[in-house]
Amino acid sequence: MIRLAGAQTLFRKEILRFWNVGFQTVAAPVLTAVMYLLIFGHVLEDKVQVFDGVGYTSFLIPGLVMMSVLQNSFANSSSSLVQSKVTGNLVFLLVSPLSHWAWFVGYVGASVVRGLVVGLGVFLVTVWFAPPAFAQPLWILVFAALGAGMLGALGLIAGLWADKFDQMAAFQNFIIMPMTFLSGVFYSVHSLPPFWLEASHLNPFFYMIDGFRRGFFGTSDVSPWISLAVVGSAFVVVSGIALRLLKTGYKIRP
Amino acid sequence: MPAVRFQQVEKTYTGARGTFRALAGVSFDIARGEFFGLLGPNGAGKTTLISVLAGLTRATAGHVTVMGHDVQADAAAARMSLGIVPQELVFDPFFSVRDALRIQSGYFGVTKNDAWIDELLHELGLSDKANANMRQLSGGMKRRVLVAQALVHRPPVIVLDEPTAGVDVELRQTLWAFIARLNREGHTVLLTTHYLEEAEALCHRIGMLRKGELVALDRTANLLSASASTMLRFKTDQALPAALAAQARTTGRIVQLKAKDAADVERLLAVLREAGVRVEDLEIGRADLEDVFVEIMNGGRPSAAPAQPQAVAA
Repeated sequence: MIRLAGAQTLFRKEILRFWNVGFQTVAAPVLTAVMYLLIFGHVLEDKVQVFDGVGYTSFLIPGLVMMSVLQNSFANSSSSLVQSKVTGNLVFLLVSPLSHWAWFVGYVGASVVRGLVVGLGVFLVTVWFAPPAFAQPLWILVFAALGAGMLGALGLIAGLWADKFDQMAAFQNFIIMPMTFLSGVFYSVHSLPPFWLEASHLNPFFYMIDGFRRGFFGTSDVSPWISLAVVGSAFVVVSGIALRLLKTGYKIRP
Repeated sequence: MPAVRFQQVEKTYTGARGTFRALAGVSFDIARGEFFGLLGPNGAGKTTLISVLAGLTRATAGHVTVMGHDVQADAAAARMSLGIVPQELVFDPFFSVRDALRIQSGYFGVTKNDAWIDELLHELGLSDKANANMRQLSGGMKRRVLVAQALVHRPPVIVLDEPTAGVDVELRQTLWAFIARLNREGHTVLLTTHYLEEAEALCHRIGMLRKGELVALDRTANLLSASASTMLRFKTDQALPAALAAQARTTGRIVQLKAKDAADVERLLAVLREAGVRVEDLEIGRADLEDVFVEIMNGGRPSAAPAQPQAVAA
């Protein structure tokens, strides 16, 4: 019971934390996504071939939604942890009896919520530019939740590892950004030269976005079951590492 | 079973510039209901020892238990029994005072705790700040919130790491009155402080650390009486004769000289008179904890501590 209440408290605290500054944590990423849609959608609408019978703007919308989900899930756990480490208030959690599972559930759970809230915001604003289709809606939910969970856990690892904000920024700029941009948010990977097509298949983010799009269009670059297997395994591996680091007190209990 | 037991606690930090031994095998017990003072100069290892106790850092060797629970093997139970007031003035800028307390309470699994939270706010003079954001509070107010956060789950063992550093007189008095009440009600208190008069007034027993080793451990009264010397205190604007200057403790105009007995006091006064030193506000008194502390830190007195680490009074 204590563990449940403790994890719940951390989860609620983490949600309150981003909600209290919702203008930067929710409204700002929604605006960014709309900018992408207006500019890329307008410039590339008639120039880029994606799926048959799918216009570029409608193709782009799920990509942007998923990109926002992933980036914001990562941002939530990572920035909260680094902030608490730098300001020293992580001590309030460190002296508590919360288990490593409770930390994981609290931080990753709140990251998933932030990712989904921002994703929903992006969807609600962009959906007017091209009418939605929900061919296989279950895939939409599955990939959004799994992707957000994996990035939340990755953010937890990054937050534990980084001692300073600039290390955090490096993680974001050199790992998260390239992986999202090279995952097929803005294009179908089949339009890429063979080498980059192969390279994309090594990027777990590609499977998240491809599987997510499947839910909208009923068609995808690879089978959604393969995507589910890849994203599911990535989630398990990343979560395993995060739990291990929490259990051993990596950098937080020297 | 003692409230807190330290057994051969060692902590070695390994860094780029070699290794640093912060704790070199510290052993002692704190009995239930005791008010224990841990003293020592900066860098003696006080905060490291408390960090090991709180699970904020891991001992290189040795064991620590709180109410019988090992702080590593049985960490959750040990932490449930501990309330730590950290030395650093930390806070979470996203929340109000009441939110911060509710959150801290929730971490310990206590979800319906508003009656106790209200009492804590009242006792610590925070009632009118309950809904203020943490950022808006002064340093002293933030310190009070830290104390309230440490007590929110009613821990049997309360640890205060220099709680009165940089704190005004009013808060010190409020704080000590409240902590003394909790101690009377059965809470065990472990205090580190630089204010030796506080330790002398509050602590039943005192341990002193120097360079990671326990160099004294005894009842406060015993420490004071063991240092049976008398202190001669006065103010002067003049330089002391060389013979006295070496053994004097000088703070600005205030000079303190140790005397073995009444005859020794006579002798010291005679030396001063011969040297023509004009003294004001002359007093003769018993040695206080500061005198004992200085004596021990200078290695002037053999330590009783390592010989009988299990000896528990109170």
